[in-house]
Amino acid sequence: MKEKLRAIREEAMKQIEASDALEKLNEVRVSFLGKKGELTSVLKSMKDVAPEDRPMVGQLVNETREAIENLLDETKTKLEKAAREAQLKREVIDVTLPAKKNNVGHRHPNTIAQEEVERIFIGMGYEVMEGPEVEYDLYNFEKLNIPANHPAKDEQDTFYINKEIVLRTQTSPVQARVMEQGKLPIRMIAPGRVFRADEVDATHSPSFHQIEGLVIDKNVTFADLKGTLEVFVKELFGEETKIKFRPHHFPFTEPSAEVDVSCFKCGGKGCRFCKGEGWIEILGCGMVHPHVLEMCGIDPEEYSGFAFGVGLERIALLKYEIDDMRLLYENDARFLRQF
Amino acid sequence: MNTSLAWIKEYVPDLDVEAQEYMDAMTLSGSKGEGFVKLDADLENIVIGQIEKIEPHPDATKLVICQVNVGKDEPVQIVTGAPNAVEGMKVPVVLDGGRVAGGHDGKKTPGGVKIKKGKLRGVESFGMMCSIEELGSTKDFYPEAPEDGLYVFEDDAVVGESAIKALGLDDAVVEYEITSNRVDCFSVIGIAREAAATFNKEFKPPVIKETGNNEDVNDYIKVTVKDTELCKRYCARVVKNIKIEPSPKWMQRRLAAHGIRPINNLVDITNYVMEEYGQPMHAYDLETIAGKEIVVKRAENGETFVTLDGQERAMDENVLMICDGEKAVGIAGIMGGENSMITDNADTMLFEAACFDGTNIRLSSKRVGLRTDASSKFEKGLDPNTAELAINRACQLIEELGAGEVVGGMVDVYPVKREGNRVKFDANYVNGLLGTDIDEATMLGYFKKIDLGYDEATKEIIVPSWRQDLLRPADIAEEVARFYGYDNIPTTLPTGEATTGKLPFNKRIESVARDIAEFCGFSQGMCYSFESPKVFDKLLLPAEAKERQAVVISNPLGEDFSIMRTVSLNGMLTSLATNYNRRNKNVRLYELGNIYLPKELPLTDLPEERMQFTLGFYGDGDFFTMKGVVEEFFEKVGLHNKTQYDPNAGKTFLHPGRQANIIYNNTIVGYLGEVHPEVCDIYGIGEKAYVAVLDMPEIVPLATFDRKYEGVAKFPAVTRDISMTVPKEILAGQIEEVIAQRGGKILESYSLFDIYEGAQIKEGYKSVAYSIVFRAKDRTLEEADITAAMKKILNGLEGMGIELRQ
Repeated sequence: MKEKLRAIREEAMKQIEASDALEKLNEVRVSFLGKKGELTSVLKSMKDVAPEDRPMVGQLVNETREAIENLLDETKTKLEKAAREAQLKREVIDVTLPAKKNNVGHRHPNTIAQEEVERIFIGMGYEVMEGPEVEYDLYNFEKLNIPANHPAKDEQDTFYINKEIVLRTQTSPVQARVMEQGKLPIRMIAPGRVFRADEVDATHSPSFHQIEGLVIDKNVTFADLKGTLEVFVKELFGEETKIKFRPHHFPFTEPSAEVDVSCFKCGGKGCRFCKGEGWIEILGCGMVHPHVLEMCGIDPEEYSGFAFGVGLERIALLKYEIDDMRLLYENDARFLRQF
Repeated sequence: MNTSLAWIKEYVPDLDVEAQEYMDAMTLSGSKGEGFVKLDADLENIVIGQIEKIEPHPDATKLVICQVNVGKDEPVQIVTGAPNAVEGMKVPVVLDGGRVAGGHDGKKTPGGVKIKKGKLRGVESFGMMCSIEELGSTKDFYPEAPEDGLYVFEDDAVVGESAIKALGLDDAVVEYEITSNRVDCFSVIGIAREAAATFNKEFKPPVIKETGNNEDVNDYIKVTVKDTELCKRYCARVVKNIKIEPSPKWMQRRLAAHGIRPINNLVDITNYVMEEYGQPMHAYDLETIAGKEIVVKRAENGETFVTLDGQERAMDENVLMICDGEKAVGIAGIMGGENSMITDNADTMLFEAACFDGTNIRLSSKRVGLRTDASSKFEKGLDPNTAELAINRACQLIEELGAGEVVGGMVDVYPVKREGNRVKFDANYVNGLLGTDIDEATMLGYFKKIDLGYDEATKEIIVPSWRQDLLRPADIAEEVARFYGYDNIPTTLPTGEATTGKLPFNKRIESVARDIAEFCGFSQGMCYSFESPKVFDKLLLPAEAKERQAVVISNPLGEDFSIMRTVSLNGMLTSLATNYNRRNKNVRLYELGNIYLPKELPLTDLPEERMQFTLGFYGDGDFFTMKGVVEEFFEKVGLHNKTQYDPNAGKTFLHPGRQANIIYNNTIVGYLGEVHPEVCDIYGIGEKAYVAVLDMPEIVPLATFDRKYEGVAKFPAVTRDISMTVPKEILAGQIEEVIAQRGGKILESYSLFDIYEGAQIKEGYKSVAYSIVFRAKDRTLEEADITAAMKKILNGLEGMGIELRQ
C-alpha cells in the first residue's frame, strides 16, 4: 500500500511537472484526484486495509493528496501567469494608429470670445442683459444724446425700417433700457448683434457683435472705469498686457476715451500685426453723460457711472489671428473645426 | 484733417519736436494722430547749386558736362541730359551719397533712389541736378517748375544751402482724426492752439490788422438775409482793382503741403484762410451782381442752377441760395454759380464769409448731390464769430500781396451774436468724477492754456464761442482729464453695494443647447439676420404663407439683404451648400439666432424676435439621428415628459413623408425633417440633408434645472415582449401612446426592438415588436399584476386593428 501510494505520488508529480497547459493540468487533477482518479480509488479500497493500519494509511493518503494538491496549485498559478503573459504579448497594439473620435462639434469663435467676456464680468458682479436687435430710433440714438440730424447718425450708416425703427447700430440702447427700469445700482453687460450699412470685405460686415458694459452707482469715477477695464483686459489677453487710455468723443459719454492694449504678439515693440504701432485699439468708453442719465430718469447729482463698448469680432479676430472677417459668416466646417 | 507741422510751428514758435513725438503727445491730449508723412523722407544731401560752366560731352550729343558750384572750394562735375541747363542757373543738386524720391517721370521709388558718383558715357559725374519730380512733387504744386527739365531757383537763392528747405520740403504732414465735437480743430489755428497747450508753449496766432481804403463798402453792396435760421451771419467785403497773378512761394508751399494746388493769388488766399481758420469763403465778380445787392433765401421748388463747374443742378425749397437782385448766384455754403465767378477780366470782387446752418448744409449737399471742401466744413457747424476774423485775415493778405485795393468797412448781417457759454466750475466735482486729487490752481492753469476764461465771482468758466462742445461741468472735467493726462488718473475698482453676477435663464438654456449640439457633433455657425425675399421661393413657400410677411429694410445693401428673416432655415441650407460645394464630408452645423416676426405691416411696433435653435447636417445619419439630438437636448433642459411627433407638419421645404412637428405638452415647439429633394437641388446640396428648428421662446418656459432623485430600483423588473401585426398606417407613436396610457403604475419602460415589412407579413400590414418592462417600487411583482397590465395594453391595441402574433 505504501509503495503504491509512493508510486502514485511520484507519477502525479511527474505528470504535473510535464503539464504545459492548464487543460492538461486539469486532466492530471482528474486522473489522480477525480471521482475515478487513482488516489480516490486508493481511498475506496481502504475497506480492504486492516483496521489497525487504517489511521496510518489514512494519514499517508492525506499526505499524498496534500502534496499533489499543493503542486497542482503551484503549477496552476505558474501556468496561469504564463498564459496571462502570453495573452498580453499577443495583445500588443500599435498605439499610434488613429483614434476613434466621437467627432464632437465646435463652438463659433465669436461665442467663445463672448463667453470669455461674460465669465470675466459675471465674476465681477455684472448681470448679463439683452435688448432688441430691431430697435426704436429713440433708444438707439435719442436717449443716447444723438438727436435727429446729428452727424453721428450718418456716420454710423444706419439701416432703417422706417423713421422710428432701425436695426440697432450699437448695443448701447440696452443701457438706456436698463437705466429706465430704475433699479439701482446697475452693473451689467449686454452682448449682442448690431448692424451697420458696411459692404462686406475682409474687415467689415454689415452684421457684427458688440458687448456693452454699464455701471451706475453713487461715486463711480473715471478711475473706476480705468481699473475695471484694466482687470478685464488682463484677464482676456494676459497679465502682462498694458493698457492706454486716449481722449475721444462719444455723444453719450463725457469724458470719453478710446482704449488701446499693448500688442499681444510683439508685446508692444511693434510688428506687422499691430502695424508697427505696438498698440491695438480695442474699445471705446467713458463716464455716462449727465444728460443721458437725466433722460433715463437718473439724477446725475446723486449718481454717476461708466459705460464701455467692445467689438466682439475684433476680439475674436485678434485672439485667434483670423485675417478675414468673412470667414466668421461662411460657416465652413474646416474653419469652425479649429476652435 | 491734415496739417503741415511747419505751419503749426509758425503759430507755436517755441515748439521744437519731431513729427513722431508731436503726434504721440497730441494723441494723448485728444487730437488723435493717424499718421504723418515727412515730405523729405526720401530726400538726402540736396543743396542749391549754380551751374558755372557747361561743356559738350565728347561721346554723347544729348549730354553735357557741367561744373556746379555747391558752396564748396571746388565746383563738382555733373553730367546731365537736362534740356534746360544753362550757365548761371541755380538748381537743386543731390550730392554723391544722397537720395532723391524717384525718377523725373514722376514715378516714386519707395525708400528713394541713392545717387552715387559714376561715369556717364566715360565722363565722371559726382551727383545729379534734379527736376521737381525727382524731389517727389509735381508741377501742379510747384507751378514755376519747367515743363521738362531741372527745377530752377530764383536768383536770390543761396548756393550751398539746403534745397529741401528752400522748397519747403523740410516739413511733415500730420493726419488727425478730429471728433465731431471739436469743430474748431478742423483748422490750423485750432490745432496750433491744442499743440501750444499740449506742449505748454506760447500760442501766437496771426495778428489781424485793420484793412481797407477810405471808401465805404455799403456804397458797393447791400445784403439782405431772408432766412436767419439757415444763415446765422453774412459778412461781405469788396476788393477793387484786383490783380490776378501767382501767389508767393511761401503761400504755395503751405497749400502744397496740404495737398492744395496753387492757382492764383485770390484763389490761394481763400484756400489759405480756409485751412488756417476753417472758414470757407467765396468770391463773386461784383460786375455780375445785379442791383448790387445780395439776398440770402431758400430756393424755389423745381428751380435749376448752374454751378461754377458748369453743371446744371435741381434745387428745392430746403436749399439755401445766394441771390442778387435778379437771380441766384450761388448755392449757399456749397458752390458758387457759373454766372458770377471771377474771370481773368474781373476788376472788382465781392468777398463773402458767412455762417450757414450745419445740418441744412449737410442735408442740402446730399440732396443736390454735391459735397465740396466748403460744404464739408460748414456741415460741422461753424462759429459765426470766425467769419469776421477770416474775411479780415483774407483782406489783410490781399493788401500784403498787392492783389487788389480793399474797400473800407464790412457789411455784417449778424442778427443774434453767438456768445460763449458759461459753465459752472467746481474742482471737487471734477475730482469726484475723475477719481483724482488735482488742485484747483492746476485746473485753472489748464483752462488758461486753451483760452477758457474764469469768472471768480460766479465760479464760472467763460467758454470762447469756438468751443461749442463745452456745455456742462462734465465737459469741463474732460478738459482737465486730457491735460492732466488720462494715463495719470489712478486705477481703482468701483466700491459700493455688491451685486450678483448672473446669466439670464434663457441664455443658460442656450448654453446647454450649444453643449448638446456640439456633443452630438454639430459645430456652431453664424448667419445674417437679413436675407433676400427670394428665399421664400427657394423654400417653396406658397404665396399666402405667413412667413412671407417680413420686415423690410428701407435702405438695404442690396435686395439680397433686404428683409429680416422670418425663417431660420435659409442660412443653414446656404451654409450646408457652401460646405458641400467645398467637398467637406459629413457636415453638421447648428445656429442660435433670431427670426423677426412683425405683429403687423407696415411696422408700428418692434417685431417679435424669436431665438431659433437650428440644426442641419448631411452625410452619416438620418431622420432619427436628428430626432436623437432633439431629445438629448430636451432631457438636459428638464423636458422629461414624452415628446410627440406629428407627421402632418405641412412644411413645403421638407420631404412630405419625412417631417414632423415636435410637440411637447400639446404645444408645437419646433419641427424636424429631411430637406425636400427639390429644395436640396435649389441650394445645391447633393446629398440627403436633415434639419431641425427649435423655437426657444416655447422651450425656455418649459425648461428647468430642478431634479429630484427617485432612488434606484430595489425590486426586480419583469420584461414582456410582444410581437404584433399592425396596419401600415398606424404609427409607432400611437402604439406607444396605448402602452403608456394602459400600462399602469407598474409600467417602467418600453422599447421598440423590431419593425419589419415584407414577405411573411400580409399586404398592408407591418410587423412590430416591443419589449415592455414592469417594476414596482415597493415589492416584487407577481404574475397576476403583469397579466392584468398586459391584458389592458393588448385590449387597447386590438381596438386599433392590431393583431398579436404568436
